[in-house]
Amino acid sequence: MSATATTPPAGRRHRTPLARREARWAYVFLAPWIVGFLAFQAGPMVASAWLSLTEYDVINPPRYAGLDNYRQLMTDPAVARSLGNTVYYTVLHVPLAMVLSLGLALLLHRVGRWQGFFRTVFYLPVMTPAVAVGILFLLLLNTQDGLINRGLAGLGIEGLSWTTDPAWVMPGIILMSLWSLGSTVIIYLAALQNVPRDLYEAAAIDGAGAWARFRHVTLPMISGAIFFTLVVNTIASLQMFTEVYTMYFGNRQTQGSFSSEAATFYVIHLFQEAFQFLHMGFASAMAWLLFVIILLITLVQVRLGNRFVHYEGDET
Amino acid sequence: MVAGVLALAVSGCGGVGAGGDGGGGNATEGTLSTMGFGRSDEIASTRVDAFQREHPKVDLRITEGAFDEQQFLSAVASGNPPDLVYLDRNLVGTYATRGSILPLTDCVQQQGIDLAQYRPAAREQVSLDGVLYGVPEFSTVRVFYLNEAVLRQAGVRPEQVDLADWAALSTVSAELARVSDGRLSRIGVDPKIPEFLPMWAKANGADMISADGRTAQLDHPKVVEALTATVALIRDQGGWGKFKSFRDTFDFFGAQNPLAKNQIGAWPMEEWFLNQVAANSPDVELLVKPFVDRQGNPVTMSSGQAWVIPKGAKNPDAACAFVTQMTAIDTWLAAAQARADARRAEGQPFTGVWTGNIEADRRIFDELYQPTGNRRFDEAVDTIRSMQDAAFALPASPAGAEFDKAWTDAVNRVLSGQTEPAEALARAQREATAALDQASK
Repeated sequence: MSATATTPPAGRRHRTPLARREARWAYVFLAPWIVGFLAFQAGPMVASAWLSLTEYDVINPPRYAGLDNYRQLMTDPAVARSLGNTVYYTVLHVPLAMVLSLGLALLLHRVGRWQGFFRTVFYLPVMTPAVAVGILFLLLLNTQDGLINRGLAGLGIEGLSWTTDPAWVMPGIILMSLWSLGSTVIIYLAALQNVPRDLYEAAAIDGAGAWARFRHVTLPMISGAIFFTLVVNTIASLQMFTEVYTMYFGNRQTQGSFSSEAATFYVIHLFQEAFQFLHMGFASAMAWLLFVIILLITLVQVRLGNRFVHYEGDET
Repeated sequence: MVAGVLALAVSGCGGVGAGGDGGGGNATEGTLSTMGFGRSDEIASTRVDAFQREHPKVDLRITEGAFDEQQFLSAVASGNPPDLVYLDRNLVGTYATRGSILPLTDCVQQQGIDLAQYRPAAREQVSLDGVLYGVPEFSTVRVFYLNEAVLRQAGVRPEQVDLADWAALSTVSAELARVSDGRLSRIGVDPKIPEFLPMWAKANGADMISADGRTAQLDHPKVVEALTATVALIRDQGGWGKFKSFRDTFDFFGAQNPLAKNQIGAWPMEEWFLNQVAANSPDVELLVKPFVDRQGNPVTMSSGQAWVIPKGAKNPDAACAFVTQMTAIDTWLAAAQARADARRAEGQPFTGVWTGNIEADRRIFDELYQPTGNRRFDEAVDTIRSMQDAAFALPASPAGAEFDKAWTDAVNRVLSGQTEPAEALARAQREATAALDQASK
C-alpha cells in the first residue's frame, strides 16, 4: 500500500473506530478537569469581570461603576509601582532561573549512578513550604549576621542591606527565588535525556566540539522544554506572592517594620486592595489587567518561540 | 455599677437587637460559632468554661485560630458569617463603616451594660460616631524599659534617660549604644518606630488622626518633629539597615532575650514583656518607667482585641450573652485566678492581667495579685498599673488599614533614606486623606 493511498481526503479526517473510542475515553478522563475549570475558574473569572465594573467592598452589594476602576488603574501610582517591581523581578528572575537550571541539569546529566541522589537534593527545596522559605531567607539576608553577608564579607563586600535598602530588596528576593529551581531542572534533565545519542555521535564524527554540539544539537533538541519553562516561569513570576508576602507583609507586626514599597509586588498590592482595604471591584480590575498583560506576553513568546523551537517530527 | 455588671455576668444578654428574655442565661440556646479566637491559655479557657456552665443549651463552636481578613470576608460574602468575631480593635472602624458588623446599642441598653466599666481608650476604639460596635477586652499599654546593667556600664544614671528631653535622649542613646568595626552590638535607645510613632507624636502634643477617625493629621509639624527625632536616634546608631538587622536577631520570648544579653539599653515596649522577663530571666536588672510626654506627664498607647457580631449572624442573642459573660468582672477574676494558679504551679510570678475593664483590673490587683518580693518586678507592675489611666488609642476609623499603611510606609521610606520626614508625611497625608474620604462616601 502506498503512502498516497492512505492519505485522508483534504478537509476530512477519517477516524478509525479505535481512534473514536480513544477520543471518547479522552473526553471522559478530561471531564473532571473541564467541570472543575468551568466551576472554579471560568465561573469566578466571569464574576470577576463583572465585579471589575463595580464598586464592591465584599460586604455590601456591588454598585455598577462602569470603567471607573480601569481609569483609576491607569492613574494610581501604587499600581504603577507594584507593576514596575513585578516586571523588574520577572526580567531578572526568569533568565537567571533558566540559565542556572540548565547548568544544573547539564551537570546532573553527566553524573552517573549518583544522579538520583542529586536529583532529589535539587528538588527538595521545591518541597519546602513557601512560607518557610520566606522566613529562612529573612535570616539568611540579615545585614549583620546573615549567612549571605558573611559569605560576601569573605569576598570583601560588606554590609548589603538586603531587607531594608530599597535598592537591594529586589536583588535579595531574586536571590531567594533561585533557591527553588528544582522543577525547571527536572524538566531540562528529562529533555536532555531524550536527546538521541546518535545525533551527538554524528556531530562528533563531523568534527563538532563540545560547544558546537551543545549549540547545534542540545539546544535545538531541548528548545521545546526551554520554551515551556520560559512561558511557565514568566507567568509564575508575574504572579509572585507567597514568599514575599511572608517576608515583608505576613502579619501586622511585619507590615509595620518590614513592609517596603520595593517589595510590593502586583499581586500583593492586589491582595491588600481586595482583603485589607475592601476594594474588591478595583482589585478585580487589577486582576484583569494582569491577565491581559500575561496573555500578551505569552502570545509574543509563542509567536517568537515558534521561530526557534524545534519539535521532533516537525518536517519544516 | 459593680452589681449591675455582676448581674449581667449571670443573666446573659437579650440579643443585639432583639428583645431580651431577661430570665437568666439558660434561656439562650442554639448554635454559636466564633472566628478569630482560640482556647490557647487559661485566660481563654476559664472564661469559655464559665459561659458553657451558664448556658448549657448553647452549642458553642470555636474555630481556633487568629482572625483572618480573607476568611472573614469570604464568610460574609457567602452569607454564612460566624456569630461572633474576635479581632484587633483597630479593625472595628473599617468594618463598622461598611455595615459588616452590627451596632450593639440595643444589646447594651436592654442588658444595662455599663460602658463606663471599659477603659476609655478601649471604648473609643470600638465606637464609631458614638455608636458601640464591639466589646473590648484586654488593654495592652507601652512602658519604657531600661537595662540598669547597661546603664551602669555606660556610666549613665536611670534619671538621665529622660524621655521628656529629646535632645538629651539622643546623647544618652549614643553613650549606651555600642558600635565597633561598623557593627552594632548594643542598641542605646530604640524608639520602636514605625509601630510607636503615634505614641511619640502624642508625646509631642499631636494626634495623627482626629478624634472622630475621619481626618488625617499626619503632616502636622509636631508629627514631623516626632518622626525626625526618632529617626535621628536610629541614624545615630549606624542607620536603619544595621539597626533593624541587629534588632531582628532578638529573641524576646526566651532566656536569651536582649535584656538578659545586654543587647539594648532602653526602649518602649508592650507591658507583656514583663511576663516574659519574669518567667525567663528573673535576675536581670530591669527598670520600668512610664513613657512620658515632653512635659514629663505619663502617656501611653493602648491596644487590644474586641468581640464583634457580624451582619447576618444567625444567633445574635447567644453572641451577646457570650461577650457579656466573657467580659464580666467575675469571669475575669476567675480567669486571673487560673492564671495566678498556673504561674504558681510553674514557680513563676503572677504579674497580673490587664482586662480592659477598670473594675476587673482593680479587683484582680487588689484581691489576687501578690507582690513577688522582687523589687524590680513589683515596681514595674505598679508602673504599668498607673499607666493604664494615661492610655490613648488611635480612634476607630473608616479606613483604618489604609491609614496605617500610609503612615507606616512613610516611616519606612524615611528610615530607608528615600526621603525626609516632612516630604514622607506630606505624601502619607495625601494618601490617607484620599482613603478616608473614599471610605466616608
